Amino acid sequence: MSEVTFKILRYDPKTDKKPHVEQFKVPTKSGMTVLDGLYYIQEHLDGSLAFRSSCRAGVCGSCAMHINGTYRLACETQISALNSATIKVRPMAHLPVMKDLFVDMDPFWEKFKHIKPYLIPGDEPAEKERLQTTDERAHLDRIIDCILCGACFASCTVNNYDEEYLGPAALLKAQRFFSDSRDAAIEERMDLVDGEHGVWRCHTIFNCQEVCPKEIDITGSIAVLKRNMVANRWSPSLKKQ
Amino acid sequence: MRYHQVVVVGGGLAGLRAALELNKRNVKVAVVSKVHPLRSHSVEAQGGINASLGNHPRGSHDSPELHAFDTVKGSDYLADQKAALRLTEDAPKRVREMEHWGVPFSRTPDGKIAQRPFGGAGFPRTCFASDKTGHVLLHTLFEQCVKYEQASERGEMVIYDEQIVTGLVVDEGVCHGVIVWNFQTGEIDVIKSEAVIFATGGAGRIFGKTTNALVSTGLGMAIPYWGGVPIKDFEFVQFHPTTLFGTNILMTEGARGEGGFLLNNEGERFLANYDDSSKAMEVAPRDIVARNMTREIDEGRGFEDEYLHLDLRHLGREKILERLPGIRDLAMKFVHVDPIEAPIPVQPGMHYTMGGIDTDETGASRVPGFYAAGECGCVSVHGANRLGGNSMLETIVYGAIAGDSAAQFVLDGGSGKVPDEKIFDDAKNRELARLEGMFNGGNENPADIKDELESTMNRKCWVFREENTLQEGIEKIEELRERYKNITLNSSGLRLNFDLLWALELGGNLTMAEVMIKGAARRKESRGSQFRTDYPTRDDAKWLEHTLAYYAQDGPRFEASDVDLSIWEPKERKY
Repeated sequence: MSEVTFKILRYDPKTDKKPHVEQFKVPTKSGMTVLDGLYYIQEHLDGSLAFRSSCRAGVCGSCAMHINGTYRLACETQISALNSATIKVRPMAHLPVMKDLFVDMDPFWEKFKHIKPYLIPGDEPAEKERLQTTDERAHLDRIIDCILCGACFASCTVNNYDEEYLGPAALLKAQRFFSDSRDAAIEERMDLVDGEHGVWRCHTIFNCQEVCPKEIDITGSIAVLKRNMVANRWSPSLKKQ
Repeated sequence: MRYHQVVVVGGGLAGLRAALELNKRNVKVAVVSKVHPLRSHSVEAQGGINASLGNHPRGSHDSPELHAFDTVKGSDYLADQKAALRLTEDAPKRVREMEHWGVPFSRTPDGKIAQRPFGGAGFPRTCFASDKTGHVLLHTLFEQCVKYEQASERGEMVIYDEQIVTGLVVDEGVCHGVIVWNFQTGEIDVIKSEAVIFATGGAGRIFGKTTNALVSTGLGMAIPYWGGVPIKDFEFVQFHPTTLFGTNILMTEGARGEGGFLLNNEGERFLANYDDSSKAMEVAPRDIVARNMTREIDEGRGFEDEYLHLDLRHLGREKILERLPGIRDLAMKFVHVDPIEAPIPVQPGMHYTMGGIDTDETGASRVPGFYAAGECGCVSVHGANRLGGNSMLETIVYGAIAGDSAAQFVLDGGSGKVPDEKIFDDAKNRELARLEGMFNGGNENPADIKDELESTMNRKCWVFREENTLQEGIEKIEELRERYKNITLNSSGLRLNFDLLWALELGGNLTMAEVMIKGAARRKESRGSQFRTDYPTRDDAKWLEHTLAYYAQDGPRFEASDVDLSIWEPKERKY
């Protein structure tokens, strides 16, 4: 049986002065994922290892972490695909470490909540469903795939120097509602994403897009959001483009 | 000690829907979830949600009565018929309400909610958002919760995530609250309440081969069971026909609803060779397809004696990308197969527990103040076999019903019993002692017990069951139950201790596995998902009854209760 070495950045702020790397030798088998490896360590080598997981199928967003150079979901990253005898794992950046790979997601959720992440329709609901054409619905394709894993937030270098920056996921969520023919809170939500910590802080670095496990065009969506805000507020001639 | 009028345990579809209903009625509610609500297993549901909207030309004549009949027939007549009718009568308004709240359903050419065919119905009834219906429903319900957390015109709603309910506070047969382990801080606390609603989901992780999330363990059902609430019909387990070989990740029934084929190693659509699936073929109900797939594999017509092929290639690239992008992505990531180019390797896998916490049509259990909704509960609307598309429906219909009836219970003055404050301190101290006691065990690694439990259930309590193997399974599980008393944990403290968390979950799994396999051995007939090779037919004279399991220290004590047959006469189930 072949094996790989996991090098995990460990840190418990309650007991450790500073983070340190620990190594674990883990036997591998076909189809094994990084998450399987972390469970092997927790069950057989060190029960104190802390990390989140739930669906193990890349859809719940629990297990985003930095694996061999980039942010990925541990559950859908097969060890063989990394093509390396060493698996280096560390927690997401820009979020306080609570223990090992387990970070405090509250700052992420605060920003998510800030943009009023729910449908705000302009009318009373119809007796049946609101109608939406297939073309209108197509505007929501991909953008609704976001699982709020936080990989984009962790990868965004703007978050390095602006803790208050809303970040890619919250801005994408805002654009999700701007794109929905049923939503009417355009002005209200534009106010929420405006300002120096809002949409203008995005420097179009594309990190978010590169790491997104759902391959969503996040940077592009933010660019559309900026453009629509310019059109809506300062340059009506740009509207409808 | 915290206080909320009602505590909802679980942040999946049923829990959030119940919380919204309570909030609408201005009842102060707290949702306690062991994971962030968006990480709940509901998010994995793919194919869709049934409602007789009649939006598809082939289903324009649909009605709640037709939907209820299909549900009852699919249940092999073990569903309670009035409860099934309530499910289907409320379905259109609950699904449309989700649309009003923002669910991006896929649409028909005239802009209505699109519907696709699913098993057990003769025409398209299943509303969907490509193959990510659970994802969009859960995100939308969470969004509504965020909205009303902040809304001043309504009562208080709080979500406590990463807090784990480990026990109930029950005094003189009345539920007064829950014991909560704050996973992030390590504190043990009590939440006092007038009513508790459990919406903790299914128990797929009793098995190894399951579509369920890692968090879907038996603990959520075991806690009320230990507290005196009976478990109903737990022997009935749905095996989903198409789960990905290797990981058992779900490949939606929608793949067959959209026209996908199941093929054996001779490239044949083998479902044509079996009487019970020759007409409906790939959209026959799940129990039938899973059995015929298992026969095919057992008789040597599978691949590597393990799996069959789900072939979507003839649907074409465009349809796969539009209707089934999620499972394409999963197949590519986990088995390196692009369904546009090649068939997907699939095998039946544990998917759903039809049984669960016994409740009536209002979501109330036999313990005043204790309610359940969603997969952890059992009304029963699914009987011996659930139709695809009815589980998410049950979460929002019966989530709302349980929320409404708990609200009414509270507004009417609750149980009327004022508990002595001492019971809360006692409950907390008992729980602290129990958890700390788990650190002083013997030398058993819980991971070994977990592996042995899973393989036992995979082999002894699977699609085909018979007395000898069930008895072997029972012996093994009783052995594991004893060994569990000697587990050792190698991580100390209560803060962020996954070692302890998984050990607690394992305790719940062992308890519920015992209820399941003993119930399966006790029921000497074949009905819906339970197929006994030694009793291959349905026996209405003896077994048209619900199984009730009550906790006792040496294993479950079984009773029976009546099935509501007030609308349709049981008939042979033919498709």
